[in-house]
Amino acid sequence: MKADPKGVLTGSHFMDGDHACCEGALAAGCRFVAGYPITPSTEVVERFARRAPLVEGAIFIQMEDEIASSIAIQGAVWGGKKAMTVTSGPGFSLMMEHIGLAAMVEVPCVFVDVQRGGPSTGLPTLPGQADMMQARWGSHGDYEIIAISPNSPQECFNLAVDAFNLSEQYRVPVMFMMDECVGHMMERVVIPEADKIEVTPRRYTTLPPGQYLPFKPNEDLVPDMFKAGDGYRLHVTGLTHDFRGYPAMNPDTQEELVHRLVDKIRLNAPKIWRYEEIDVKDADVVVVSYGITSRVAVEAIALARKKGIKVGMLRLIVVWPFPEQRILELAGQGKAFVVAEMNYGQIFYEVERSARGKTPVLLAGHGGGTVHNIDAVAQKIVEASQCRS
Amino acid sequence: MSVINELKKASLSPTFQGDPGKHPMDDFLRMDRMPHIWCSSCGIGVSVNCFAKALEKTQIPLDNVAVVSGIGCTGRVAGYVKVDSFHTTHGRAIPFATGLKLANPKLKVIVISGDGDIVAIGGNHFINAARRNIDITVICINNFNYAMTGGQLASTTPQGAVLSTSPFGNYEKPFNLPFLAESVGAVYVARWTSLHIYNQTNSMVEAINKPGFSFVEIIAPCPTIFERQQRFGDGLDRLRWYCDNSDIQNGASTKDADIELTNRIIVGKFVDKDRPTFLESMNNHYREKLGDRYKVYEG
Repeated sequence: MKADPKGVLTGSHFMDGDHACCEGALAAGCRFVAGYPITPSTEVVERFARRAPLVEGAIFIQMEDEIASSIAIQGAVWGGKKAMTVTSGPGFSLMMEHIGLAAMVEVPCVFVDVQRGGPSTGLPTLPGQADMMQARWGSHGDYEIIAISPNSPQECFNLAVDAFNLSEQYRVPVMFMMDECVGHMMERVVIPEADKIEVTPRRYTTLPPGQYLPFKPNEDLVPDMFKAGDGYRLHVTGLTHDFRGYPAMNPDTQEELVHRLVDKIRLNAPKIWRYEEIDVKDADVVVVSYGITSRVAVEAIALARKKGIKVGMLRLIVVWPFPEQRILELAGQGKAFVVAEMNYGQIFYEVERSARGKTPVLLAGHGGGTVHNIDAVAQKIVEASQCRS
Repeated sequence: MSVINELKKASLSPTFQGDPGKHPMDDFLRMDRMPHIWCSSCGIGVSVNCFAKALEKTQIPLDNVAVVSGIGCTGRVAGYVKVDSFHTTHGRAIPFATGLKLANPKLKVIVISGDGDIVAIGGNHFINAARRNIDITVICINNFNYAMTGGQLASTTPQGAVLSTSPFGNYEKPFNLPFLAESVGAVYVARWTSLHIYNQTNSMVEAINKPGFSFVEIIAPCPTIFERQQRFGDGLDRLRWYCDNSDIQNGASTKDADIELTNRIIVGKFVDKDRPTFLESMNNHYREKLGDRYKVYEG
């Protein structure tokens, strides 16, 4: 269906990534934001707080902490809203239990993490990309989520819409993994007319009360939803549950439920994967990157190309599920990899795993606080090309 | 004596005149989930019964009611009541309920959870939801310990009580829940014990009908752990003790409602006042600041 024009600020704007993310959420139909202030993500909720009173049906509430924010949005989803919460590293850590709840009871919602340097309080005002594994594995137990990483304010808008759409399609929490640079950089953001924006509606059941089983999956492994107040009078629990939603704490139900929660993303992964490739075809070396680091990598690649190295780039847009098949294909063609990311090896290990030892994989790591030095990434590209020969 | 009279009244309530093949709780409980997990003579089942009666008295259609629980023995209430019900994470029933209520203000949202859930791990949410005057009812069943995990010290445990993590007796001062609730802005505050079934039912009715953050504390026996550890006997012995040692003092100052292990317990309706709810405040404020540009938020 098309976006509701009430939330769409059509036009050409000069805005930062945080604001663009907020506009993307509004365009996608997000009408409930619960948040707690934390640098460098605060501008997202500040904008929503200002916009919500003038968008009919939208509401913002500043909660007492990130724990409360991350479950208030889930209450709102069961009440019928599209909802998101916004934070940065320390708050993201506090939200982990509720990412698990959202995965377990299949709540479509969006968690925005504008990454800063960590661990702990780290570098509140400076960039990092070290929450990528936390986004995937941070809550206890086994589950799968979707994570998206924009690299410009325009993408913060576009991909925020996609984040909501994917969360509705797969009934899964989506991690929107920005970083301080992308969040605070100002660029042109073009917001199209509402009828040019595709929005995925919630998958409400069409079955009447009595016939509908809230956790019985469809063929794509995703069950249809209900909302409170519609007369279904059903139960939702974070305990291991059967199709009726009743607690059923035994190995068989655990296997059926958790295996499906994992498979609904893994088996649908080819439909979810998204990456951008630049000059990969003739490349001997492929730089894998995402977020702000991908924009630094472009410069490093230009520098290395000047030195005569055939190098291209694979930019991850959807980071989780990871496009392991594409990495394996490229590894099979003998291309070496440089993984440039603002941490000391997170996506690096995924690339290494996916390449299955067929080709060298080098890390251009960085502790965060600033973007990579272009020369340092270029040097890794040189090393990779030498490793390969 | 008045309590005894009430008990007599309860046993003399009019005979059930519905379908004889139907249990009077069929419409309210998920009978396919019986038997429940609660111990014999635990106070939680009593309060579920009172809650069912209270909902019946309010005449709110059950389709419009949502029950939210956290984790623990009382946290299991959501699993047994046949309304839209959410068994959430430990301590977070109130912020979940906040999101649910704000998303659909037409719902009657009732949080039923234990003392550990509501005021220890969830204490921050409790005080902030009361401060905001979110229009929800919180029913807190206080059994003075973490019973689901085997009986550990709670923030409500009276001084001197022996539990598995206070093996030589508790030396911490416990919360006085009505005082806490009043001080952070709850518009309705009452406390009863599991013995006071009429009073607790009536308080639940009043709390559910009250716009804003309403709070009902129920002191409940935990025969398997708390009462046994203190050598207080079983649940029935405890009800007798409540009968002999409860002072009904409606309108009493909540400051005086501290609970000590063997002292008399002050029960009653302590607070019933009016204050704009979160949504009323928000709608009035934006209407004033933004004029006609603001459309009143109704969900």
